[in-house]
Amino acid sequence: MQELDPFVFFAVFQEMLGFWLWLLLAVAALGIGSFVYALVKDRGIRAGRFVYAQIVGIAGGFAALFFMWWITSSSIRDVGGAIDVVLVLAIWVGGFLGGTILSYGLMGLTGRSRRETPVVTRIPADTKAA
Amino acid sequence: MSDIHSDHPMPSRRAFLKLALAAGASTGLLGLGQARAAIRSNARIVIAGAGAAGLAMANRLNSMLDGARITLIDGRKAHYYQPGFTLVGAGLKPASYVESTTGEFVPRNAEWIEEAVAEFDPDGNAVVTSSGRRVEYDFLVIATGLSLDYEAIQGMSPDLIGRDGIGSVYAGPQAAAATYAEMSRFADTGGVGLFGRPATEMKCAGAPLKYAFITEDTLTRRGNRSKAELIYAAHGGALFGVPIVSEKVRMLFAERGIDTVYRHVMTAIDPVRKIATYDTPDGTRELGYDFIHVVPPQRAPQAVRNSPLPWQDGPLAADGWVEANRQTLRHPRYDNVFAVGDIAGVPKGKTAASVKWQVPVAADHLVGTITGTPATSVYNGYTSCPLITRIGRAMLIEFDYDDNLVQSFPGLVAPLEELWVSWVMKETALKPTYYAMVRGLA
Ligand SMILES: Cc1cc2nc3c(=O)[nH]c(=O)nc-3n(C[C@H](O)[C@H](O)[C@H](O)COP(=O)(O)OP(=O)(O)OC[C@H]3O[C@@H](n4cnc5c(N)ncnc54)[C@H](O)[C@@H]3O)c2cc1C
Repeated sequence: MQELDPFVFFAVFQEMLGFWLWLLLAVAALGIGSFVYALVKDRGIRAGRFVYAQIVGIAGGFAALFFMWWITSSSIRDVGGAIDVVLVLAIWVGGFLGGTILSYGLMGLTGRSRRETPVVTRIPADTKAA
Repeated sequence: MSDIHSDHPMPSRRAFLKLALAAGASTGLLGLGQARAAIRSNARIVIAGAGAAGLAMANRLNSMLDGARITLIDGRKAHYYQPGFTLVGAGLKPASYVESTTGEFVPRNAEWIEEAVAEFDPDGNAVVTSSGRRVEYDFLVIATGLSLDYEAIQGMSPDLIGRDGIGSVYAGPQAAAATYAEMSRFADTGGVGLFGRPATEMKCAGAPLKYAFITEDTLTRRGNRSKAELIYAAHGGALFGVPIVSEKVRMLFAERGIDTVYRHVMTAIDPVRKIATYDTPDGTRELGYDFIHVVPPQRAPQAVRNSPLPWQDGPLAADGWVEANRQTLRHPRYDNVFAVGDIAGVPKGKTAASVKWQVPVAADHLVGTITGTPATSVYNGYTSCPLITRIGRAMLIEFDYDDNLVQSFPGLVAPLEELWVSWVMKETALKPTYYAMVRGLA
């Protein structure tokens, strides 16, 4: 490999995913956008909702792994070297974060603002602006 | 870096970043995007052959030059992603996975003559097409790939592929699919399976090995491994041109129970009696088969062989490979001629990954001649081959002219280790990287 060039990576991802790249970016934007919206609206993380989101996230981690094995015609049996384990963990964490953020955000969009839910984390005023 | 680690390159932050960013990006296929300002020129550039190398060259020159007249000449309307033939032959992808069209990759302001080049006239700076049209040039890029000479094996013809236990993933998408049908039948019934490679130069020298591994794995998955005897007939004294890789494959073959015979060059096949004949140092030898994967001798296309362009002596002369400086890909006798891809008469590098590294170098030197500032970039023989060792694992083999292992992800993706990561790269990243390269983007 000659150079690390973000433009090349983007070109490759575009070839790889085609239309799905844009869908994926749209879903990611929706997830992050609604997550930030929920944080701002609730002025912090809502614990109950966050636990549900993390449960979805755990399922998301496994879903990402099984999806990867499915599209690459392989299985857990093929995971061999240390770097394979790193890749498995990375895919799982990716699926977990994606699932958590997206489901938390969506719950924030659709959920009622139940004031009685305790607010566990207060976001400092300066980060909220972002 | 501490002394203990001096044998092993430490995984650099850069390597990690590359791996993460690429999400398993493919091998050395990735490279530099171009952001240079275009150079004004009215040069006439003819590119003979619009496969991986010809199209990549056309797109690259098109973005480097403004006003140049680029003409691609190739009679083939279909474009094949050939590294995918192995996956079609493994039954993992349909033939359509590797098929696209030449037209979709031709740069908008380039001309495409849908004919073959019938004659090269480098002394007259012109080529003649199959309809007799003479096209003159200031620069010629030869990118005709190679021709598969099935007929050089007595009794063999591409029509036999997919019949009576004969397979060959090289001949095209349909042939690769037909090869899987025969291999799959063999994996159910068992018997003797023969594999091997020709004594000529060939594209992707790993592919014959991969197909032996894939067949072995398919038999094992179906619970029929014990019913089959697998024999790999090497043309010389080794299994692969790079000694360290050859040794690793030898060990894996031993582990998988794939027998090896050396110095066996296939010369004939009897499809009725199901016998393959080999030239060996001890005379001819016949081996019976129930399934055979035939890899034909490979040489320069006829029009190239009939021209003054090939090597006139040395090991690359007999099969007509175009004489080229191994570092710049420029023709030593005709300095306005370059050869890229499989047709280039350089010691290594008949892969799409080498095309990726050759094209920017040849383009630099061509443009350097136009501007009068000689280019300095050098092609080091880089070749890469994700060597599938079973369905789900591969070794990411990358090397240069000097048989050195080159690593895209030093300290992370070990070249001689069977890894899922390397398989994931082959499955997900190689094809998009190939197409990005053909479009001149990578
Ligand atoms: C089974 C198999 C597995 C492979 N696996 C890998 C892999 O894992 N990794 C990898 O990097 N590479 C792999 N390759 C190799 C890779 O596909 C080739 O090296 C690459 O396609 C070479 O590009 P090219 O442009 O030189 O030739 P090609 O892509 O073959 O294109 C040559 C073009 O020239 C045209 N042509 C021929 N004669 C003439 C003429 N007289 N006039 C005009 N045009 C002409 C042809 O029609 C064709 O379109 C594999 C190849 C095969 C067959």
